[in-house]
Amino acid sequence: MIDFEKFELENGLKVLVHKDTSTPIVAINILYDVGSRDEDPDKTGFAHLFEHLMFGGSINIPKYDVPLENAGGENNAFTNNDITNYYLTIPKQNLELAFWLESDRMLNLAFSKKSLDVQRNVVIEEFKQSYLNQPYGDVWLLLRPLAYKVHPYLWTTIGKDISHIENATMADVKSFYKKYYNPNNAILSIAGDIDINEIKALSQKWFGPIQSLEKPKRNLPKEPTQQKPQHLSVERDVPVDAIYKAYHMCNRTDDDYYTTDLISDVLSNGNSSRLFSRLVKERQVFSKINAYISGDIDNGLFIFTGKLANGIKMEEAENALNVEIEKMKTEEVSKDELQKVKNKIESTIEFSEINVLDKAMNLAYSELLGDADLINQEIGLYNKVTKEDIQKVAFKIFNNNNCSTLYYYAN
Amino acid sequence: MKELNRNFTPNIRPVTDINYQQPVIHNLDNGIPVYLLQTGTQDIVKIEFIFNAGNYYEPKSLVSWFTNKMLKEGTQNFTASQIAEKIDYYGAHLELSADKDKAYITVYTLNKYLSEILPIVEDVIFYPLFPENELNIKIQNKKQEYIVNSNKVKNLARWKFDELLFGENHPYGKFVNADDYDTIVQKDLIDFHRDNYFIADCKIIAAGNIHKNFIGILNKFFGKHTESHTRKNLNINPIETSNLHMMHYKKEDALQSAIRIGKKLFNKKHPDFLKLQVVNTILGGYFGSRLMSNIREDKGYTYGIGSEIVSVQHSGYFFIASEVGAEVTQSAVDEIYHEIDVLQNEKVPETELKLVKNYMLGSFLRSIDGPFAMSENFKGLLEYDLDYNYLKSFVEIVKDVNAIEIQELAQRYFDKKSLIELKVGS
Repeated sequence: MIDFEKFELENGLKVLVHKDTSTPIVAINILYDVGSRDEDPDKTGFAHLFEHLMFGGSINIPKYDVPLENAGGENNAFTNNDITNYYLTIPKQNLELAFWLESDRMLNLAFSKKSLDVQRNVVIEEFKQSYLNQPYGDVWLLLRPLAYKVHPYLWTTIGKDISHIENATMADVKSFYKKYYNPNNAILSIAGDIDINEIKALSQKWFGPIQSLEKPKRNLPKEPTQQKPQHLSVERDVPVDAIYKAYHMCNRTDDDYYTTDLISDVLSNGNSSRLFSRLVKERQVFSKINAYISGDIDNGLFIFTGKLANGIKMEEAENALNVEIEKMKTEEVSKDELQKVKNKIESTIEFSEINVLDKAMNLAYSELLGDADLINQEIGLYNKVTKEDIQKVAFKIFNNNNCSTLYYYAN
Repeated sequence: MKELNRNFTPNIRPVTDINYQQPVIHNLDNGIPVYLLQTGTQDIVKIEFIFNAGNYYEPKSLVSWFTNKMLKEGTQNFTASQIAEKIDYYGAHLELSADKDKAYITVYTLNKYLSEILPIVEDVIFYPLFPENELNIKIQNKKQEYIVNSNKVKNLARWKFDELLFGENHPYGKFVNADDYDTIVQKDLIDFHRDNYFIADCKIIAAGNIHKNFIGILNKFFGKHTESHTRKNLNINPIETSNLHMMHYKKEDALQSAIRIGKKLFNKKHPDFLKLQVVNTILGGYFGSRLMSNIREDKGYTYGIGSEIVSVQHSGYFFIASEVGAEVTQSAVDEIYHEIDVLQNEKVPETELKLVKNYMLGSFLRSIDGPFAMSENFKGLLEYDLDYNYLKSFVEIVKDVNAIEIQELAQRYFDKKSLIELKVGS
């Protein structure tokens, strides 16, 4: 259970405050409601590139990291399809410094040419390191456009292609900033040994004067229902064959979301899960197998990834996997099996509340989904799921026409 | 209303009082020491069992690792699937790991299920069977994983660098090959477990919300075991650091090269170890470090670069590591040496030194924040028979070390002629 208070400044910035007196560290998270789904199809990878530029100096602060490190703080950020999220931890006596830093880069950036030139290169190296110079690194570059045809989830956060990053201009950067980096497009959350009144005063002092523009409207094309199975085969210089299957699933706020998450747990959470115990241990058709949901805000994907055991043919592996997928539709899960995945959820939530940073992040994200208190309601929502729900939702998702399959062969 | 002056850094107060919690020590009936850290807000506990059963003690490659990982694949009272089922059912985590020196069995659980989880942990530690069918599956799958991993320049560099530092005949330096996986048999694991998972060496760290009857419960499951045999004499070959100062390990068509530059040093008991941590932080130990500022933030050659000083029981080492664009490999290497030169030839400016000190103290605060961090930090002391005083001296050294000492240390320990340079790539 996470107690929190919420208030909103006149400029639309939402602020969430959670008090935890057990730690000398304060965590501050600031979530901007912009992700790679908001990009122009010809300028992909931009939200993420922009995240890098947010460290390149703001209007009054030449280097973001220097004062923070001086104050004993540490920070990082990530971008995904839906959001760009910045976070830091700092000894509590230096809390105000964090407000100064974060408000200045919300107010205005320095927009240095040098920063743009260098970060373009850094992101290109990141592209190579994570997607190109790794065995199986390009899987998502292949699988996304197979599963999505119109919705912007069809490209990865890093971008469709290195050239998109190479071509980013200063004008692009400035207009992106102007459109998305506004107080009414952000959620600030703070967790630690702090005083709510102090947070109100600091928020007003540092963020209050920042003017708001209109909140950007999101009007993304809806992915039409997939009508037939999609297949792609590739050969790569990798040692082992692999298979990837992606089924379309509901969005993050749909009633079916929690059921879908539990389906993925039944299949693949822990060594006692169905896929591991049956396909890796008993039948030995896979050396590794996983099922998980993408968790995206818009309609997401239910994904299977498997590396084939030595000497196993693709068809045999896929058939064995399909048998397990089919069983989710045709047989009810047992009472114990359902209780097990619910217990695991309870434990995961309990462990996630150990750390102020996790709490601050989760609060901000829940608020973005509509209500920060969702963080406290989720355990109930998971517990409500019945074995009938599991079967019903499995039936809805695991339809061959709804599936994209990537056969990734070792050459 | 007066306009807010943003062009003015809010007052920074350095970290002064560090509230380091010393563990409460109990001994189980058989003498196993238990270190208790009562901390945190949640009703959970992390219990870690530590044994002297890492690579250092193994008669051949991979034996310590497989012994450790196979502990939960079948015991006298539970099959592998029963163990997995129970651990999952109660939402617990059972982590097995082994490094150069130690082997660990770590369990995380909600306190309310402690009594259900510990009987399994007892069996896993004391009565593993290492069933052959389970072992064969594990060997096949891990061999495959190894082959995938050996396609990554970063891993090749890590493994090869250990060999250069410690020599192929020393347990720290052995380069594992795919064929080594085929040599592992059940008897290796049974023998290794008998000879190295010693009650006399075992230590337990528990952190979280420790209930009143905790020691009583631990005693029930772990306090009654005794052993009659003693540890066999080890016959370890000496460390033989390579005479090569430069090595290029070919990996065709790699888009990036992995770079490692460093040398063998000493472990954390050496009098210069802590001061050298400050030198290392300046060079490559944080985001604002000189290597990061130059090679990522100025040149854009890499997504990341860093350096570390690592302590192991019988040695220690320093290394710089990065993955850089293939076409800029040599330029990146040149810049690394340039930064070492600067560190040796010029005094660190006071503003930079002050920043690094503040950063390190903040970092230290984070490293003891919460039950998991605190137990991890304490483990780093316990393994070297160090205590709270070591941390106090760390804080004092960070506060007191000056620019002249830093320059001297850089000259003494980072002499370019003493460094080994490894590049893995096309």
